[in-house]
Amino acid sequence: MFFVMNSQFYCGFNRYKRMCINSKKMEKNEKLIELRGITKEFDGTPVLTDLNLYILDKEFVTLLGPSGCGKTTTLRLIGGFETPDKGDVFFEGKRITDLPPYKRPVNTVFQKYALFPHLNVYENVAFALRLGKVAEKEIARRVKEMLKIVNLEGFERRNVEKLSGGQQQRVAIARALVNQPRVLLLDEPLGALDLKLRKDMQVELKKIQQRMGITFVYVTHDQEEALSMSDTVVVMDNGVIQQIGTPEDIYNEPKNAFVADFIGESNILDGIMHADKLVEFSGHTLECVDGGFEKDEPVDVVIRPEDVDIVPLGSVPIHGVVNTVTFKGVHYEIIVDVQGFKWMVQTTDYAAPGTEVGLRILPDEIHIMKKSKYSDLYGDYSTYFDEMDKSGAEATGDEN
Amino acid sequence: MKTKSYMARIMAAPHILWAILFIAAPMLFVLYYSFTDASGAFSTENLRLLLDAKYLTIFLRSMAFALVATVICLLVAYPLAYAISRATPRAQKVYMMLIMLPMWMNFLIRTYSIMAILEDNGFLNTILNSLGIPSVHIINTSAAVIFGMIYNYLPYMVLPIYTVLSRLDVRLLEASADLGCTPAQTFTRVVMPLSRSGVVSGVTMVFVPSVSTFYISQKLGGAKYDLIGDSIERQFQSAYNYNLGAAMSLVLMVIILISMAIMNRYSDGEGGLVA
Ligand SMILES: Nc1ncnc2c1ncn2[C@@H]1O[C@H](COP(=O)(O)OP(=O)(O)OP(=O)(O)O)[C@@H](O)[C@H]1O
Ligand SMILES: [Mg+2]
Repeated sequence: MFFVMNSQFYCGFNRYKRMCINSKKMEKNEKLIELRGITKEFDGTPVLTDLNLYILDKEFVTLLGPSGCGKTTTLRLIGGFETPDKGDVFFEGKRITDLPPYKRPVNTVFQKYALFPHLNVYENVAFALRLGKVAEKEIARRVKEMLKIVNLEGFERRNVEKLSGGQQQRVAIARALVNQPRVLLLDEPLGALDLKLRKDMQVELKKIQQRMGITFVYVTHDQEEALSMSDTVVVMDNGVIQQIGTPEDIYNEPKNAFVADFIGESNILDGIMHADKLVEFSGHTLECVDGGFEKDEPVDVVIRPEDVDIVPLGSVPIHGVVNTVTFKGVHYEIIVDVQGFKWMVQTTDYAAPGTEVGLRILPDEIHIMKKSKYSDLYGDYSTYFDEMDKSGAEATGDEN
Repeated sequence: MKTKSYMARIMAAPHILWAILFIAAPMLFVLYYSFTDASGAFSTENLRLLLDAKYLTIFLRSMAFALVATVICLLVAYPLAYAISRATPRAQKVYMMLIMLPMWMNFLIRTYSIMAILEDNGFLNTILNSLGIPSVHIINTSAAVIFGMIYNYLPYMVLPIYTVLSRLDVRLLEASADLGCTPAQTFTRVVMPLSRSGVVSGVTMVFVPSVSTFYISQKLGGAKYDLIGDSIERQFQSAYNYNLGAAMSLVLMVIILISMAIMNRYSDGEGGLVA
């Protein structure tokens, strides 16, 4: 996908380190923050279950997952606002589970800004600096610099309660960054911004992170934001980490149906692995590139809509009838009915509704996943238009 | 537009009538009596009389007592309100009810019960003696009068402060801790400034009734500490000098107005009960 590409340039080093740690070549003191075996309940309801996660120095890690999956709670554990029921939090190898927030070298951009209403923009940003013995001139310089970075020059004397949501959010970012913390925790910091400003701020935040050399732990439920900004993405659902990996890994090699469905669009089919590199689905046996399964093991097969090509009937085994065609600008989104299973295909070729077409899938575009508890929850696109309505309603109803 | 404001005026009519009858009219009477003599002729004699050392002392004493009572109320009420506002919602309700409970009792009965507590062989000294501590003499001292004021008006200080503190967003406290504030720093840099309007309301609501109070001093101070309220009462009830009584009320109103104006300068115009 096009939006994944740019992350390639800047996160190479952390990615290499993560690889080394995973292959145990490097010592564990490379880990800046570590959550080990964290379990957290609220009123008897488990919110996080046996969470294990480490974050490298200067890494950009994103926690991604649907609303209520425990992202904020994870962030609050790192910030020191919650203590785990089980498990520990480590900072540079030292246990900080019981350390109060003001003693942690971590600053937070809160989900709802939490700006001080009795202070103006300038004083909000200067808040942390005033605790130390920083000279007034130095405070003025640093506040000015921060306000410039978040594009709020000239707002110094403004009342924070009179600012727009996006402006408040940027004040919150400036306030958390001014003291140059080792780690910045950001809880959906761009949630209140319109699309254009959001894109600009994504680039801006990424630049800040690299220029200041700060570790970012970033929470979002916007998968595109997660993929385009992060070194490492942590996909969560229901208090359990589903997958940790680079944006490319997460997108190209989803571990289970939940990840495949949550990140981008995917056709998820029931399949059977007859042998290494040989999978049967939709009534045909096709060549693929994955292996390591039992003989005839049932599996989930994931095929991304943009990996399917529409070809003339007869040239490939899988074929179906075009149901609907939607023009999306760059490509068409075509729903194809293959023996009752509705595929989504994204292609620049047009195919008229009602015509019968062949679907070509190359071996390396077939991704095989083990069956999981999510296997039967996500299927085809037969209810796609209902889903779109629903997610549209969610997007407007879910402001928090 | 026009019909709307016309309607609004009709709707406001009963309220305006009420205000004229019970607020403006008494004030005009006070003004009238203040500037006339017993025969009804214009006179500034009443006000001149108040410059007499005897009355000046009464005014200064009233203000001093009220000030001390207000400060002590504030020192007691703030931590109390803070503690209550941090309790669980259920506990908050119970505590606030306990604080309001004495207000359900008649003012006179409350004052009599304080007498019973503070008397030389009253409740307080009985307890002290049983603990092996010698008796203290409080009744008929200025301390007893001030204690009476505090006891009577403390709820008026707790209530507005509790109201602003309970509405304080915990996330602001978290943000403050996050940015490096110790709990003490969070208190002085975030909690205190954000509760100022409640403090201003509380101070006003305790100072005003304290400075104009009557009866408390007669009963608890052994009639040794004449306060404005008592003097005014005497002019109307026993001396029948309505003109002097009205002049005192006038001066008292001016004092209250000035103190409220001073307090409002410190208010940030939101939150508290007194605007
Ligand atoms: N203080 C609390 N008391 C009780 N339940 C809580 C508390 N905080 C969080 N929860 C519950 O824990 C679960 C996870 O909450 P959390 O705020 O971590 O979700 P989230 O992933 O940040 O969601 P969102 O994307 O909507 O912000 C939710 O079901 C929430 O209701
Ligand atoms: Mg959240």
